[in-house]
Amino acid sequence: MDSSFSRGEKLSAVKLAFVQYGILLMMLGLAAGLWRLQVLNVESYRVLAEQNRIRKEPILAPRGKLFDRENRLVVDNYPSVTCFLVREQSPNVDADLPLIAHGLDLDLEQLRATLRRFRTQPGYQPIPVKQDVTADEQAFIAAHRNELPELETIDEERRLYPRDGFAAHLIGYVGELSEDDLNNPRFAYYEPGDVVGKAGVEETYDELLRGQDGSREVVVDSRGREVGYFGIQHAVPGQDLKLTIDNDLQRAAELALGSRNGAIVAMDPRNGEILAMVSRPSFDPNEFAVKIDRADWNKLVTDPEHPLLNKAIQAQLAPGSTFKILMSVAGLQEGVAQNMHIVCTGGWGPYGYFHHCDRKHGPVDINTAIPYSCDTFYYMLGDKLGIDRIVKYATEFGYGQKTGIDLPGEQAGLMPSPDWLIKNFHHRWYPDETLDVAIGQGAVEATPMQLARIIGGIASGGHMVRPHVVFPNELSSDFYKSLEDSFPGTGEAYVPIDPANWDIITNGMAEVTEPGEFHTAGSAHLEGIDIAGKTGTAQQMSHEALAKTNKGRATNPNVWFVGLVPRRNPELVVAVLWENGEFSYYPARIGAQVVAAFVNKKRREAHNLPPAKAAAPVEMGALWSTPDSGPGSKPGAKGATVARIHSGHFFVDGNGIVAEAPKAAQKHETGRTTPQAAASAKNSPQVAALAPLRQKEPQP
Amino acid sequence: MPLRRFLSFRDFDWTLLGLVLLLCAMSVLEVHSATVHTKFASFGTKQVLFIGAGLVGMFVLAKIDYHRLIDWSPWFYGIFVVSLVAVKVIGHKALGARRWIAVGPIQFQPSEWVKLVLILAVARYIANIGGRNLTWTEIFKAFGMVGVPMILVLVQPDLGTTLTYAPILVAGLFLGGINLRQSLILITVGAVLVGGVWSSGKILKPYQKARLTSFINPGNDPRGAGYQVLQSEIAVGSGGVWGKGLEKGTQTQGYFLPIPYTDFIFAAFSEEHGFVGAFFILLLYFLILMRLIQNAQTAADLPGSLIIMGIVAVLTFQIAVNVGMVIGLMPVTGIPLPLMSYGGSSVLFTFLALGVAMNVRMRRFVN
Repeated sequence: MDSSFSRGEKLSAVKLAFVQYGILLMMLGLAAGLWRLQVLNVESYRVLAEQNRIRKEPILAPRGKLFDRENRLVVDNYPSVTCFLVREQSPNVDADLPLIAHGLDLDLEQLRATLRRFRTQPGYQPIPVKQDVTADEQAFIAAHRNELPELETIDEERRLYPRDGFAAHLIGYVGELSEDDLNNPRFAYYEPGDVVGKAGVEETYDELLRGQDGSREVVVDSRGREVGYFGIQHAVPGQDLKLTIDNDLQRAAELALGSRNGAIVAMDPRNGEILAMVSRPSFDPNEFAVKIDRADWNKLVTDPEHPLLNKAIQAQLAPGSTFKILMSVAGLQEGVAQNMHIVCTGGWGPYGYFHHCDRKHGPVDINTAIPYSCDTFYYMLGDKLGIDRIVKYATEFGYGQKTGIDLPGEQAGLMPSPDWLIKNFHHRWYPDETLDVAIGQGAVEATPMQLARIIGGIASGGHMVRPHVVFPNELSSDFYKSLEDSFPGTGEAYVPIDPANWDIITNGMAEVTEPGEFHTAGSAHLEGIDIAGKTGTAQQMSHEALAKTNKGRATNPNVWFVGLVPRRNPELVVAVLWENGEFSYYPARIGAQVVAAFVNKKRREAHNLPPAKAAAPVEMGALWSTPDSGPGSKPGAKGATVARIHSGHFFVDGNGIVAEAPKAAQKHETGRTTPQAAASAKNSPQVAALAPLRQKEPQP
Repeated sequence: MPLRRFLSFRDFDWTLLGLVLLLCAMSVLEVHSATVHTKFASFGTKQVLFIGAGLVGMFVLAKIDYHRLIDWSPWFYGIFVVSLVAVKVIGHKALGARRWIAVGPIQFQPSEWVKLVLILAVARYIANIGGRNLTWTEIFKAFGMVGVPMILVLVQPDLGTTLTYAPILVAGLFLGGINLRQSLILITVGAVLVGGVWSSGKILKPYQKARLTSFINPGNDPRGAGYQVLQSEIAVGSGGVWGKGLEKGTQTQGYFLPIPYTDFIFAAFSEEHGFVGAFFILLLYFLILMRLIQNAQTAADLPGSLIIMGIVAVLTFQIAVNVGMVIGLMPVTGIPLPLMSYGGSSVLFTFLALGVAMNVRMRRFVN
């Protein structure tokens, strides 16, 4: 070795000890650092790790479908993709917004507003920015995974309603919960962005229809990519519900009312099953299924015709002459009306103010008073009975009270009484007011639903029912119980009517639709059908008041018709309301169309006849059957019509033929709806709301 | 002659080797756990191969008299400075930095080897001075000796490796005989220089600066430079006392930890084995370092002691910086954890360095 180092030359022991202590100190420092993280702060880091790693992705439960009473699909679901924005996944969301708005075809300001509404939420909370994302937009999201890591998509089932507003008010719609909704105790257990039923059956039966969302604990890497999942909790699909409505009758009712403002309720008075319910103007619930545009929403709620209002249960209007049925019951039961034989000279004015009758009917008794709808007779009857007895009977039969139908927002109507007047207006009841009430004017208000139940009940001998739109035997007893509690109303009741009186009233109502002098609803006569009914015309207010307040709106009265078939123990009662109606006899004809559809269907079923061909329409009755006569379909089978209804693109047009937007239908056959298809359907002329309905109204 | 070889290896530090192999076992376990569900699933096996190669290298190096290594060190020094220049010119660009040159199928990262060469060269230089107080000229020469490869590695750019050269110089000067006044002056000048480099904005790239400072408050920029620190802290912290279990570290398995098999392997290990496991690793390191210092004390001569202390300095520095980085006490510098981090160059360097240390120990009674 040429090394010049000498053995024994050593490093200073002090320096080495210094190094040793230094290393010890360093190790202790590191151990202390570990202690701080792993022992002292372990909980907070565990929380951070959880948030980091596991994203709880909801698996949305498909909502229960709705079927009509013959198991024909009414409301379906379709798969849809929603785009969410997760703020914490991007370093600078604000800077990305213009690109996102461009790529997803959103309004930048609206997008910013959406984010502002969520600014108090934690950053990992996904913010829904766009629903029904198109294929192009999905491609945009996929292509910008790295630039826009904050965008996430989720597949879900979306509601698909009949497109023309078919039974829209009865079905209702679903919508996203807003922050305001969350303050409502009903939604205490919901989260913002949850889709809930907000009207109609969707709201009432939300608990059953919604099912139970599942979830997946998705493990994501730092770029948000899914690398697997830990746990999965499957979604429980919502319960399918069978509605009491009959698609054929509903269609007939939709067509019969056409584009007139008003409502139709068709009910089986034996059990309270609602067979059809129409309200006009209507709306497209599909616009709610996809989050409704703020502008569209404003348009709907500010529309003076209140398209969202279910007039069948929410329009409270003077019942007019339909109230005379109740008056007749009261008069006969009290033994007053039988003995009245009066001469109508065009009105009556015992208390100074002359109350007009619309004609000079001459001699009138209770048998002719109903078909003539003679006001003079009822002025005198009312005067004889007095307001208290009128109120007693009206209340017994359900005026001024909710019927308890299983739909949200039902109105109670109003039955004025002296007590009510003093309580609310602090003045005494004048006998003149009794005369107004006697012909269904004054302060009396009723909903079409109430009238259907009351008059249907009277024609059934006093057996009153609780109207409902879902079969109670489909529901658990607990749910049905809570339903009764949630929708209090007069419900089922029996108000005995003397059989002789019952005969007089029902015969009188049958006379109404027979052609004859002074008969008010000869237009509703149907050959060979035992149809009974009562018309009503109610002035909205005095002509002088109208002249002052009317700003170009129609000054016409509201016209009513309540039809029954057959006259006693009817199987069907139809209440028709036409607001600002032009012809007082017209609602009777509308009602008659529904009745005819009903009777014709019964007859065909009784004789086991196939549905009528669309090519050979037979009067009005042909309407009911044509939907099932599509190519290759069998009656009652899930034919082409069902497929189209299933696809949500079926339209009632004047020929009663189910029309469809060709593109849309094509897309559906591939099993997937794309929003383009929906958009094209919207623009298609066939979908232009109810235009075809208007064209094919029968000429008076 | 069998007898002579037996005599020689009788003095081999089997205790140290045992500790090292225990650490290596932990490393293989964790490298496997961190990569088994990724496309790098073979890294555990590869790490075993690296350790095997390292062991062979260690025994080979232990056989070569360290005095001969010291005599050759100027040649090594020259060769590696040239190879560092070669890396800059023809090197393989990976992750934006040129650190590798390919020699046939093997990728070669000279900057790791330079550590060993510098340890030998500095030991030789300081030992030649012979234990007396250093003059300024000698100090500057030492600075130059370490500074040239430092600058060459810094421009690769590889800040982490550059910094690991510094403790070799510091240890050499400290043990060689620098006095207090000189060290105070050097510290002052060093501080001014670092400040100048920092504010000049030319020598350090912005991301390097960000990495160096983000550990102070990683929450400021959780997606940017602070991200790695934050994720690492979450990994360590969420491990708790007993850890989440092998292959169950969510930070490790979910790709939240950056490169959990190399630079952040200690975070992965801490997450999956908790405070108990992490403390055990620190204990192993402490025992290894103490054992090495003991060997330095019993070395036959000054260069032997200086070589071992150079190795101790490099290992201590790497442990302190890497573990400190993982638990958020130190900046992110890309310095691997010796014997734990996956990687051939790192494993090989450590084993070769240990081989030289064994060499010194084996020759403590031989002359």
